[in-house]
Amino acid sequence: MILFRLLAALASGTIFGFGLSLSGMLDPARVRGFLDVTGNWDPSLAFVLGGAVMVAGLGTWLQRKLQRPAFDRAFDLPADTAIDRRLVVGSAIFGLGWGMAGLCPGPAVASLVLGLAPTALFVAAMAIGMIVHDRLLPSGRV
Amino acid sequence: MTGYWPSLVGGMLIGLSVAMLMLLNGRIAGISGIVASLFRPLFRPLDQRLAASAAFIIGLLLGPLLYRAGFGQWPAVHIQVSLPLIAVAGLLVGFGTRLGSGCTSGHGVAGLARLSPRSVVAVVTFLGTAVLTVLIMRGLGT
Repeated sequence: MILFRLLAALASGTIFGFGLSLSGMLDPARVRGFLDVTGNWDPSLAFVLGGAVMVAGLGTWLQRKLQRPAFDRAFDLPADTAIDRRLVVGSAIFGLGWGMAGLCPGPAVASLVLGLAPTALFVAAMAIGMIVHDRLLPSGRV
Repeated sequence: MTGYWPSLVGGMLIGLSVAMLMLLNGRIAGISGIVASLFRPLFRPLDQRLAASAAFIIGLLLGPLLYRAGFGQWPAVHIQVSLPLIAVAGLLVGFGTRLGSGCTSGHGVAGLARLSPRSVVAVVTFLGTAVLTVLIMRGLGT
């Protein structure tokens, strides 16, 4: 079972990374162009989110019909339903950083293989931000 | 590659990846959570879940390599901001995604696909903040 689980994770990660590459999400300039709604707006990234949610939605529909995933005992879904200050403040801090650099975690990590210094710096700083959070506020789990 | 088709197809592949990880392994493909979980062995012992997270990240890095193999070039990456700003943005993204329990993948794709009210609030918040950030930075000429 562990081998299947590892292969499923590897395949899923590879498709994710390829999808990011194909969609233009790896390019911070295009991401900022999408966020720049009052300037020279590039709407193409709305298609990324639209396409992704559509297909993931089919996955959700199928998941609700199943008792358990193929390679594990149970679905691990977030139990937290509270819309609290933590969710809103955290998301706002993330949005601030995302808008500043045009990088979010997936594209930043995937583009590490391109060997660019700014991306490596971003990921290192992101890791520090995560570790600082998890050390200071350990109850904040995903 | 430009235009809407690569964005739509790339987005659909990201959605497929999210659906696969849920249906096969029962896990939400939230990149910030997966990346943060990799730092836990610094403080705790390794387990199977962690190995699956590592396999997903290895796949994420293989994605752009596969793109290069298929299209003969790396996906475009244009960095627009200075290194100090990149570092600050990375810290904010790392801390914010942990505090807010997710980023563009976990809340933006998986969460919206599950129609999670928490994720809807998170997405509206981080998209709104990022749009505002880009607007203000353009106003300041950075």
